[in-house]
This record gives sequence, C-alpha cells and structure tokens, in this order.
Amino acid sequence: MSDATLNSTSDLQRSQDSYMDLVRRKRMYSGIIVVVFVALMVSGFNLADARSAGGFWDGIGNIFQFPGEVVREAGQKIQNLPGLMLGAVPSLIETLNIALAATLIGALTGGVFALLSTRGLARWPRLIGLFRRMMDVLRAFPEIVIALVLIFVMGGGPVPAMIAIALHTTGALGKLFSEVAENADSKPIEGLQSVGASWIQRMVFGVMPQVAPNWSSYALLRFEINIRASAILGFVGEGGIGQDLRLAMQWGQGRYDEVVAIFIVLFLTIVVVDQTSSHFRDRLVKGR
Amino acid sequence: MLTIDRLTKRFGDRTAVNAVTLKIDRPMMIGVIGRSGAGKSTLLRMLNCLADATSGTITFKDTEITALRGSDRRAWQARCAMIFQQFNLVPRMDVVSNVLHGTLNRRSTLATMFNLYPTSDIHRAIEILDRLGIAEQAPKRAEALSGGQQQRVAIARALMQDPDIILADEPIASLDPMNAQIVMDALRRIHEEDGRMVICNLHTLDTARRYCDRVIGMRDGRVVFDGMPEQLTTGVARDIYGAGADFSEAATSTEIKTLDRSDVPAGRAKATV
Repeated sequence: MSDATLNSTSDLQRSQDSYMDLVRRKRMYSGIIVVVFVALMVSGFNLADARSAGGFWDGIGNIFQFPGEVVREAGQKIQNLPGLMLGAVPSLIETLNIALAATLIGALTGGVFALLSTRGLARWPRLIGLFRRMMDVLRAFPEIVIALVLIFVMGGGPVPAMIAIALHTTGALGKLFSEVAENADSKPIEGLQSVGASWIQRMVFGVMPQVAPNWSSYALLRFEINIRASAILGFVGEGGIGQDLRLAMQWGQGRYDEVVAIFIVLFLTIVVVDQTSSHFRDRLVKGR
Repeated sequence: MLTIDRLTKRFGDRTAVNAVTLKIDRPMMIGVIGRSGAGKSTLLRMLNCLADATSGTITFKDTEITALRGSDRRAWQARCAMIFQQFNLVPRMDVVSNVLHGTLNRRSTLATMFNLYPTSDIHRAIEILDRLGIAEQAPKRAEALSGGQQQRVAIARALMQDPDIILADEPIASLDPMNAQIVMDALRRIHEEDGRMVICNLHTLDTARRYCDRVIGMRDGRVVFDGMPEQLTTGVARDIYGAGADFSEAATSTEIKTLDRSDVPAGRAKATV
C-alpha cells in the first residue's frame, strides 16, 4: 500500500517536472521572440528615418497643419457646405456605379476562380496551381497601374476604371472565397454526388448555401474598399468624385470647403453602405 | 448560506425562470431536474452571473450577488465555478494551460498573456489533474482528449478556482455511461472531501437519486419539487416531467419506467442520452 502511494507520488513528481521543463522552454522561446521583435522594430525605424528626406521627429509636429488649414477654411464657409454636398451627388453616383459594377463582376469571376482552385472541390485538381497563379497575377498589379494602361489604350472614362477594379477584386476575392470554401462541410457534397449530380450542380447546391454568408460579407467589405478605390482613380482622370476632389485640392486655398464637403459625402456613403449591407447580411444568415 | 429570492428571468415575453425561491443553509450536493426548457440552465447561469436576472435576488453569505458589477462580479464568478455540458475548454491549448485558466481572476492580465504563471500554481494544477486521474495527459492539447477526459479537465479548471460553489450544467449529458459515472463520482468526491457546495443540472432521475443529497424539480420555470431523493416517487416524477399528459423528450429516458417497477433500487442503468 505504502509502496503504491510512493509510486504515485513519484509519478506525479515526474509529470510535474517534465511539464515544468516544457514551460521553461516555451518561456525562453517567447523571450527570444520578444527581444528580436523589439530589436527589429527599433533598428528598422532608425533605418527608415535615416533614409527619409525629412526627419520623423522634425515632421511630426506639422502633421496636422494641412488638415487644420482645410477645416478652418471650411468652418468659415460653413453655409456653403450643404449646397456643395448636394452638388457632389452626381459624381458620387458615378463613383458608386463604378464600384458596384466592379464588385459584382469581380465577385462572380472570383467565385468561379475560388471553386476551381480549392482543394477537394476543384473540377480539375491538377490545374489548381494554374488558377492560383492567375489570381496572384491579378492581385499583384495595383488598380491604378491597370487603370493607367487602360486609359492609354481606351481613353479616359468610367469603363477602364471599372475593369481595373474588377480585375483586382477578382484576385482578392478569389483568394478569400477559396479559403472559405476549403472549410465547407464535404458531407452535403458527397450526398449530391451520390445522386449523380454534375460538378456545377454540386457546387451550386452543395457549396454555395454553406459559403453564402461568408462570401457575401467579404464581397460587401470589398464593395466598401472599391468605393474608395474608384474615388482614388478619379485622380488619374477616370471621372467620378475623385476628379472633383483633385480639382478642389489643386486649386489650393479658396476651395477647401468643397474638399470637406466631398469627404463628408464619402464618409456618409461608407456609413450607409455598411449599415444597409449588415442589415441584409443578417437577414441572409438568419434566413428570415 | 445561499438564498435565492423570487428570482425571475424573462426573454421577451417568455419567462424562463419564474419567481424561484430557495434556501440552502449548508454545503450539500444538489441536483436540479426537469425537462429541457424548464429553466435549469438559466438558473445556473444567473448564479454564475453569466446571465442577468430580470428581477429577484441571489444572496451568498450576506453578499447580494445580483447587485455585483465589474471586478466584484468577476471575483464572484471565480468563487463560483461553472462546468458546462460541452466542456467549454480552449481546444488548441494544452491541458495544464486550460486548468491554469482557473486562476485568471487572481492574476494580472499582462502576466497571464505572457504565460507567466507561478510554479506553485503549475504544480497544483498537475496535482489536481492527478487527483482526477489524468495527470499523464498534462502536455496534450485539450482537443486531443476524449469527452470524459475533457470534462475532467473542466472539473480541474473549476477546482483550480478554489471555489465555494461548483455549478455543473448537465455535465454528463454528452458522455457515455462509463464516463458519466467517472465524472459524477468525481463531483461527489469533491463535495465529500473538500466540503464544497455542488449544484448539478441533470436530466436523468436515477443520477439525481444516486448522487444528490437534495433534489429540486423544475417545470416551466417554477420549482415544483424540493426534497430528499427518497421522496422522488413516480407521481412526483410524472409531475416534474409533465409525463402522462404528453410523454416526450425528457420522459423518454428509461427512468419513469424504472420507477414504475416499484421498489427498484437507484439503478446503475444510466439514461440513454
């Protein structure tokens, strides 16, 4: 009896000691990681600061100068704001249209790419790598570069902007969609296979219902990003609200009230899109 | 010791717990029975402050639990451990870390984030695991363990809190009969050896009769029975489960039938969960 107790205490001792070894090793690793992380951050900051034209510490004080100037001037002409905001609406609609069309096209093609490049779902498993690389290429080029090339070829306007954003969206959403689809349950798909469904039927009836909530929330997030992207493309002559913004800012002092009006309109748009999209997404997820 | 006074919880227009009044004057092992939706879980969740009461009060040793806020409330939660049906462990962390989570309320957030638990705590965690017979699983991930082992890790986490009360919300409902017995034996032993109060939601009558000192029966949010396990007769059980009128869900377990056969001793046969 006493033997047994002795044995069990030494067993306990042993498991305590071996776990403490594990803990000590883990602590040492995390200690090393923290030290390396801090060292890299500090040295990286110093290097970047040394390579910049100005200095970080010299410039940091001026960071609010330009926004301050803009807000001050807009404050003086606050009575102009409602009119200017209303005036920005037509070009805002153009910007929104570009973003919406690009998101729709990008999400549809991205979905197809995603299914073709997901392990376990792909129609041609050997070509998964090819489709993945195609999406990598689409993501690699910034929208603005594609847009500039397309403007050179097709001339300015909303269509090149839409194509440029759609291409990037295809690559970005394809990757995210594929990761969602990878986690989809394979049982319903097997069930459909057992009744002799084709690949497209299996994807539409077996995968889509499972991934719809996550796919739609990624697509809606992308829509927000694309509104901003399409506003930026206005700066390179694609029309829309970005063009107005560039003109207003280029004029310098005297039109800052218009700059503020455009920012307010953009902000409100993002808020409205966020609120309505989360409302509809909730309905989709909860199936009401 | 623990006094519950007209405790009520409403979800919209549905009343989950309806004016429950209970008085428990010494640490004992209490079984709460009733069919699904009778308000057992909601009652336990309110004791642990996982859910707020709509009205009524809970008082423990002159402290009004229902009025606690912020860090006082979290300190109470540490004194009143909870064990869940689905174990509620962190699956990707190792067993000892899961047990050490029982000390989170006592330690600073920063220290625990860097995994800096005192050596004495780590030793005690492994001692508790040893007491529950799973010390050799210490370095494994919680998700790698079987259901019965995971529930014992959850009990170890509860013991690590060194609580006054252990609440167990259907602790054996997702376990096979063998593991269910191990877990219930462990809870009973904790009550007997450490003198802690254990309040256990059960949906099988025979478990309640076998392990508990006092049984509380709930139906539609109200306490309809409160007494010794021996007083649980067929008629009372029918009343609690609403059997006879509609013979469904909770009543489909073999207990009602077992009780029908008059003087059957508190059977070893576990319910079909």
